[in-house]
Amino acid sequence: MTDMLIEGLYREGEPIADTKAPAGDISQKWTTRQFEAALVNPANRRKLSVIIVGTGLAGAAAGATMGEAGYNVKSFCYQDSPRRAHSIAAQGGINAAKNYKGDGDSVHRLFYDTVKGGDYRSRETNVYRLAEVSANIIDQCVAQGVPFAREYGGLLDNRSFGGVQVSRTFYARGQTGQQLLIGAYQALERQIAAGTVQMYARHEMLELVVVDGVARGIIARDLVTGEIETHLADAVVLASGGYGNVFFLSTNAMGSNVTANWRAHRKGAYFGNPAYTQIHPTCIPQSGEHQSKLTLMSESLRNDGRIWVPKRAEDCDKDPREIPEEDRDYYLERIYPGFGNLVPRDIASRQAKNMCDEGRGVGPEVDGVRRGVYLDFADAIGRLGEEAVRSKYGNLFDMYERITGENPYEVPMRIYPAVHYTMGGLWVDYDLQSTIPGLFVTGEANFSDHGANRLGASALMQGLADGYFVLPNTIRDYLAKGRSRRSARTTPPSSRPTSRSPTGWSGCCRSTAAARWTPSTRPWARSCGRSAAWNAPRRVCARPSTRSASCAPSSGATCGSWAPRTRSTSPWRRPAGWPTSSSWAS
Amino acid sequence: MRLALKIWRQDRPQAKGQMVRYDIDGVSEDSSFLEMLDLLNEQLIAKGEEPVAFDSDCREGICGQCGVVINGEAHGPERTTTCQLHMRSFKDGDEIVVEPWRADPFPVLKDLVVDRSAFDRIIQAGGFISANTGSAPDAHATPVPKEHADRAFMAAECIGCGACVAACPNGSASLFMGAKITHLGELPQGQPERDARVVSMTAQHDAEGLGGCTNLGECTRACPKGIPLNVISQMNADLRHAGYGR
Ligand SMILES: Cc1cc2nc3c(=O)[nH]c(=O)nc-3n(C[C@H](O)[C@H](O)[C@H](O)COP(=O)(O)OP(=O)(O)OC[C@H]3O[C@@H](n4cnc5c(N)ncnc54)[C@H](O)[C@@H]3O)c2cc1C
Ligand code: SF4
Ligand code: FES
Repeated sequence: MTDMLIEGLYREGEPIADTKAPAGDISQKWTTRQFEAALVNPANRRKLSVIIVGTGLAGAAAGATMGEAGYNVKSFCYQDSPRRAHSIAAQGGINAAKNYKGDGDSVHRLFYDTVKGGDYRSRETNVYRLAEVSANIIDQCVAQGVPFAREYGGLLDNRSFGGVQVSRTFYARGQTGQQLLIGAYQALERQIAAGTVQMYARHEMLELVVVDGVARGIIARDLVTGEIETHLADAVVLASGGYGNVFFLSTNAMGSNVTANWRAHRKGAYFGNPAYTQIHPTCIPQSGEHQSKLTLMSESLRNDGRIWVPKRAEDCDKDPREIPEEDRDYYLERIYPGFGNLVPRDIASRQAKNMCDEGRGVGPEVDGVRRGVYLDFADAIGRLGEEAVRSKYGNLFDMYERITGENPYEVPMRIYPAVHYTMGGLWVDYDLQSTIPGLFVTGEANFSDHGANRLGASALMQGLADGYFVLPNTIRDYLAKGRSRRSARTTPPSSRPTSRSPTGWSGCCRSTAAARWTPSTRPWARSCGRSAAWNAPRRVCARPSTRSASCAPSSGATCGSWAPRTRSTSPWRRPAGWPTSSSWAS
Repeated sequence: MRLALKIWRQDRPQAKGQMVRYDIDGVSEDSSFLEMLDLLNEQLIAKGEEPVAFDSDCREGICGQCGVVINGEAHGPERTTTCQLHMRSFKDGDEIVVEPWRADPFPVLKDLVVDRSAFDRIIQAGGFISANTGSAPDAHATPVPKEHADRAFMAAECIGCGACVAACPNGSASLFMGAKITHLGELPQGQPERDARVVSMTAQHDAEGLGGCTNLGECTRACPKGIPLNVISQMNADLRHAGYGR
């Protein structure tokens, strides 16, 4: 461990190793762990309470399953209904090692592909378990009535996704996330009706309550009344999603900020691999300062579209149709003749940014730079005909036209990379427990399964694996063993563990009620996200080619992690009138 | 673009509300309707005024959190969600009236934000298939004919936004109900609870104060996901079956 502040921003943590995965062959570890994890007597479960922050795939699945098992669950989300968590936006599909196509897929192959795709930086024990339970996810979802795409014979259809050679991706047209989440949401609502789950919608977690070093609850704000409430429980689960929005614009929902994880980190939970951010190459570019978020388009567009920018910067504001062939730079085809436009996500993204940084980007200027490259279907339309292109990509072309007002059958599309997914997150062990005892982290919020790069269709798989199958089986060990220890202590803290008055929070809260929003958070988020993150390539690499100091080899046990940042080191200059650091950090 | 906005302002659930006029300039026609409201809010905040509260999250037309009545139409003039409506659908100088969803079972919480928890309670009443985690058979154990799977999927596209209720002169949620009943009722997995589901969901619907359907079809016209009116026939058929089946 170094005690130096690296770039004035963060401190490297102590090396830390998972201690929960049992010894023995990797394929036996999960069976062994489930057997060794202590059980809770059904009669005692009702007396044990669990707070789950988040109702995305990871949170809703865990809430429903824990409720069915008879635990006393309190579930939180900031939206008006648990059904609206950001998992709903996932389009492409979900992986599972079912081998329904008989094309040689297996648990081992899914494990291998995931570890390799993650640049060998994920924790192999966790990934193996993920591949093992993946098949159960599909069974569970079908039993709940998730309407996956089917073939004429009535069996489930699969497609190949994310550059792998087997067809293991299950999908529901372009709305896989929505259908999976509605399945989990309905299971959760069923438990709410059964009285095992209490739902707190329109509540934002503001702080983690840690008593004697153990996570014991959260402080949340009721976004309707503005009331700040303390909720206590025997364990806390964060299923609060990723932190893509620290980059200001991303494909994440507006409310997907990282407050829950950040507060836990400030309370001492280690954060792993924060630099591992996935940048998706085919998003609709920003059209102006007004823009609030970026929209993803399926990467399949690169199968038929050709990516180019003008050779000369002075051509950038010309009508692209008037730029002759010899003045165009099909830069991916030029630099990577073997792969052409189908280079991996990270390379396609990085080169697009390089072209724009060189001044050869196209489309509207935002902050003095044109951030867009052409994705041209003229060749494909010439070769296959407009009808064939329409049948393949019609819905994507329509979406593009709705957002940009341009007709991609006539004018080349413009695309630009956008922050899409964060592989990094709170450090967890094999039981998905963070470095704070009693605090568990699931789904995109944790760091363990995708290494430096996530394969397409694997985030939905991880969220549901964690929620339905992993967490309910590991948290019981903590609950069973911790019970006597906790009840031996005197009564839980009933007073508010924060001295902060409700008004002190107003700068960082969404509220539909009494809070006064002064000043606006937007300029601040924009300046941090753009300049501190997006335009600092060293810290924001889609897939770093060299191992950074903070990322120790993670195959197996160890992984470097970042310790909580010390308070006084912020390098940004806050705009005048911005809330002082004391209203942000504690 | 320059616009005159008339927006419903209401401080608290019980407070009296009123329409307030705001003039806004410099709106890009490439911005979405909600980005236009963001801009208005930036300007209000700069002036030290209370910004307009409205709901949104995904801003890509899928979460169902957004939704206001624009010039009398739920989600505005195009068949899409409010977040996917773009300002190029309006003209420079237009006057735009913006109101929250209007329906008693969706009480206003503040400005344009309403309480749609009635929908969640309807789902609690039976909008699910009971299948405890871990108890599921292999997914291929029960094939589903493609036409049933496709119809279930079509109905499952509902995003729970509530535009159908806002558009309905009776304040009925029949389209939302029919969508869920059709989604689950088309699948073999949904059969065991099919009768009970329609009975308890409709009972909850009525208990929430949502109105009856008189087949006007305003709902399907406003629905951003194009849920067809025939899901309501399906609900009625299931209801009849449940009644006679006993
Ligand atoms: C546009 C898009 C497309 C995608 N497509 C795919 C795909 O095809 N396949 C795939 O596998 N993955 C895809 N992904 C990634 C995947 O959707 C996500 O990684 C995954 O759904 C995250 O699920 P989650 O349950 O961890 O978190 P989320 O679904 O993000 O849920 C977070 C929850 O936490 C709650 N929450 C957060 N903070 C707080 C707080 N402070 N207080 C209270 N509640 C809080 C929220 O209310 C929400 O309920 C896509 C992602 C995006 C953005
Ligand atoms: S049926 Fe249509 S309008 Fe009604 S809630 Fe569903 S998506 Fe919205
Ligand atoms: S904000 Fe999600 S549908 Fe409009």
